[in-house]
Amino acid sequence: MTEFTPVASLIGGMLIGLSAVLMMLLEGRIAGISGIASRALPPWRDNAVAGRLAFIAGLVAAPFLVAGVTGAPVVQTVSSNTPLMLAAGLLVGFGSVWGGGCTSGHGVCGLSRLSRRSFVATAIFMVAGFLTVFVVRHLIGG
Amino acid sequence: MSILVNLGLGLLFGVGLIVSGMGNPAKVLNFLDLFGTFDPSLAFVMGGAVVVAFIGYRLVLARPAPLLAERFQVPTRTDIDARLILGPALFGIGWGLGGFCPGPAFTALGLGAPGTLVFVPAMLAGMWAARALAERRT
Repeated sequence: MTEFTPVASLIGGMLIGLSAVLMMLLEGRIAGISGIASRALPPWRDNAVAGRLAFIAGLVAAPFLVAGVTGAPVVQTVSSNTPLMLAAGLLVGFGSVWGGGCTSGHGVCGLSRLSRRSFVATAIFMVAGFLTVFVVRHLIGG
Repeated sequence: MSILVNLGLGLLFGVGLIVSGMGNPAKVLNFLDLFGTFDPSLAFVMGGAVVVAFIGYRLVLARPAPLLAERFQVPTRTDIDARLILGPALFGIGWGLGGFCPGPAFTALGLGAPGTLVFVPAMLAGMWAARALAERRT
């Protein structure tokens, strides 16, 4: 069980939306994490690589900023099943780039732009996620 | 300048992920567990983010250009191709297995959980492979 957190989740979501809007205002780009991360990897094709690495560094630093401000450690539960996490990582990495976006690029940014492609992509990864968890937790029995 | 701006934007995005609870894969997996320990929080995260971005994009894209770049780079494609079906399907399966999508995987990296330290390199390898394969085909 995890506690339902409507207020914190709404506020956090609005901060994510604000970051996406500021990215468009300042850099003129979509704040899609899979696009940023995949283009931060070699081969480097443009001069925006340093900015992408800096964005990722900001993501990595974020939990320490939150913990420092609130004084409470960031709580998370991550599976330590190595084969499962290996497969999950490969699928998330390959699938997000192959489909041109993830939860941020297609989900947040694409839906906000009313992009037809992003509505299709978001519907598919949501359904795939629901089905996967159903199979793992209720059919196989996790 | 661009480095500091991007660092700040990444930090803001990451703080949003942590505050929203989406940095925790358990909350994501419980959202996806409709018939079990369902936690609807993720819908509020998406709702908050999309409302702010929907309004903000309309204000920003009414401008002639962004502040620090020459022009807006917004996707213009509208076709539904096989990649747009297969990619999100694979991504969704991986998301349902690990509870991580790319953003939360990065915010989790420094916390050093063993599963994260397996997931992130695998994710980067998958991203690299998809990009290499896509660029070879075009």
